[in-house]
Parts: sequence; C-alpha cells; structure tokens
Amino acid sequence: MIAVIDYGIGNLASITNALNRLNIPAVISRSISTIEKADCLILPGVGAAGEGMRNLQKSGLDKVIKKEIIKGKKFLGICLGMQLLFERSEEGNVECLGLLKGRVKKFKRERKVPQIGWNQVRIKNAELGIKNKLFNKISDKSYFYFVNSFYCTPEDKSLIVGETEYGEKFASVIIKNNIIATQFHPEKSGILGIKLLNNIIKYFSLHSL
Amino acid sequence: MLTKRIIPCLDMTAGKVVKGIQFINFKNAGDPVVLANKYDTEGADELVFLDITATVENRNILIDVVEKTARQVTIPFSVGGGIRAAADMRLLLKSGADKVSINTGAFKNPKLISNCANAFGNQCVVLSMDVRKTGSQKWNVFINGGNIDTGVSALVWAKQAVIQGAGEILLTSIDNDGTKTGFDVDLTRIISSRVSVPVIASGGAGKLTDFVDILIRGKADAALAASVFHFGEFTIAKVKNYLKKNGIPIRI
Repeated sequence: MIAVIDYGIGNLASITNALNRLNIPAVISRSISTIEKADCLILPGVGAAGEGMRNLQKSGLDKVIKKEIIKGKKFLGICLGMQLLFERSEEGNVECLGLLKGRVKKFKRERKVPQIGWNQVRIKNAELGIKNKLFNKISDKSYFYFVNSFYCTPEDKSLIVGETEYGEKFASVIIKNNIIATQFHPEKSGILGIKLLNNIIKYFSLHSL
Repeated sequence: MLTKRIIPCLDMTAGKVVKGIQFINFKNAGDPVVLANKYDTEGADELVFLDITATVENRNILIDVVEKTARQVTIPFSVGGGIRAAADMRLLLKSGADKVSINTGAFKNPKLISNCANAFGNQCVVLSMDVRKTGSQKWNVFINGGNIDTGVSALVWAKQAVIQGAGEILLTSIDNDGTKTGFDVDLTRIISSRVSVPVIASGGAGKLTDFVDILIRGKADAALAASVFHFGEFTIAKVKNYLKKNGIPIRI
C-alpha cells in the first residue's frame, strides 16, 4: 500500500487521481500507524517550505518520515516533497528533514519566478539499470510540468539523474537508495508523467525482491 | 527550455461551460468533463476552470463539478470563482485543483493573497484580473464579474498583488473577450514586462497569428482561449504546431 502523506498542504487529490489511473491503490493519510505500515510513502508537492515543515513537526510526522526512510522504506518526494529532504531551505530560511546533504536555493531574479510550465529533463549520471527502469519509454529531454521558485543543490552530484535548465542548471530528478524525488510534478505532466509514475512504482517493487 | 503555454478555459455557470462576448450574452458550450478530457488529449498545457457567477450570486464554487473535472485531467488544473478565504482555497486543492485563482475577493481584501501564499506557496496563487480600457494607454480593473469599475489602474493592482504574494497573473481584457479580434497586446506587454511573475493573456483569440502576437509582441508567458477551442475553430494541436513553426518554444 502506498501512503500519500497529508500534512495540511499539497495537491493531494492530483496524486491519487494519477495513481487511480494506474490502478495503484493509495491512501491519503496523516496517521502515524498507517505511514509506518505502508510499503511506500509519497510526500506531495504544492506549498511553502516553512508551512510544510511546521505542519510536519506539529503532528510529529517529521520524525516518523525520517525514521521510515532511514529504515529503508521507499519514498517518493515531489516538488516541495523533494526540497524538504535536504538540510535547509532559503524559503523562509527553515531547517528541513536533513536526510540528504545540500540546500534549497531560490532562482535568480533574471527570469520570471516562479518558473511555471513545461521544461525539459536531461537524463544524466544514470546507470544503465536505472535508465532502463526509471526512464523506460521516456526519451531524453522530455517535457515535464514545473512550478517552483526554489531548487535543490545536492552536495553529492552523483544523486542527480535528471537535470533541467532555467537560467541555471538544477537537479530535477534525484535517486539515492530508497529515495526518488522529482522537482517537477509527474502527476501533472500528462501521459508521460503518468508513465514515469508507473516506472517509479515498478522500480521500487523490483528493488524489494 | 521552458515553453510557452496554451491554455483552454472553461467558464462555468450552473455546472455547464458557457462562453460570452465581453462578459455578456453567454452561450452554452458543453459539458466540463467532456471538454476537459478532450483538451487534455489534444495536448493542452494546462486547464483553467472559472465559476464566473459564484461571486455575483454570492455562493461558493461547485465542488462536485471541480472534483469530476479534475479526475479527467493529467495536466495542471487551475480553479477560480468566489474565493473569499484561505479555507476556500484549501477545499479546492483537496478537490483536485493544483492552483487557485482569486479575483474580486483579492481586490476587496489584498491580505487574502498573502494568507493563501503563506499557507500554500505563492506558486499556487493566481491573481485573476479583468481589465477594461478606459482611455489612451489607460486600463482599469473591474470586479464582480466585470460589473464594477474600481478606478484602479491595472498595472498598479498587478504590482501590488505580486508584492502580496501572487505567483502568476491571469490577465483578461474584457473589451476583447469573445470578440476574436486578437488579444490586447499593449496591455499585456505593459503588465508582463513590469511584473516578476508569469502572465497569462486572455481575451480575444481568433486567428492563429493572434497567438504568435501575444506571445512575442505581448511578452505573455501563456495564452488562454475559450471560444476558438469550444466551437471547434482550432484544435489545441493546430495552434501549437503553428507556434512551433514560428519558432516559439512549445511542447508538442
């Protein structure tokens, strides 16, 4: 069972609508026991970092998520759900979950901020196995839907398997062991996004064997 | 490279899609669920859903129609109409909206923009403004479905809304709405080049060249249209192919 973590913000229905299309059962939940029992966690997208962290802390979900990820539970972070994995965000200067080393920075003002729209993902650093599974039937430089003012700068650049350019290059897909995260919204990226979501779910279950 | 966006718009009243001319004389344009599905399949970059009579009728948006429509779409879905509080926005996001547009509610209470932006991030707050030309190079903001002239200049309000935390502006020319005589290029260029957030131009799309004009000369980040798509003049794909041929970055 997949648990989509409800922390008071986020486009929760969009994620479950996308998973429903794939006939993948998922529950939206803020219950600690449901999150502990789930095989896979999704931390969804829309929201501000400060409010997101505060809501997680208020309900104690920050500790649960950290504990479960460290134990090896499969985890998909989307947009803000990716950014919260890192140590600190410039958005409200808040401390985040700190599961990955690095910071979350704001786009420079030379371009319109937020970045809103479809941008290309360049596949990089990906070992053949990852490429075949994660990007199965998704060609290099495919378009996905972004809505972000901030972006992640992982210390370990080898985590980056997808990169996008908006004035500067930034990490748009990262993988580390049981963690996958995307800066764009696969649940809002048309048929290709649904395909990627399916690939991610498949990738996760293959890994558990 | 970030592409320009083509956005079909569903103007809703009583659960049906309608389309008027200059905000009056509404004609039935069909079922929102059917149209949403069609535009999604044709390659629309986003879908906008506006309950255009919610404010005037002093009621909340029709949540069940939002939910049903959201289930059909795999692309971003903006919803607006009658939003007066951050709680209204939370409910819409729960119902499948990805972004929420606020118009009259924000003008009457600009704090609504910052409340929503603080809670959900400014990227999900769209400031929708209806504008009418009131003199040479002069445009005013109109509220209550375009019925009341606020006397405030479009640029002044756009800038203030961005300071309050609006992440995007949906800019509609009431004069051009439904007329198919082309977008208001001057208005859009002035607003888009003076604010730091993306601007969606709306009102007046009639010919393929209108889309090129508004995205290049008008400096719009996205172009929204309703009549030409609802009544079958163009498919989304036809517009996007034409833009691509004209060297505009677009997702095909």
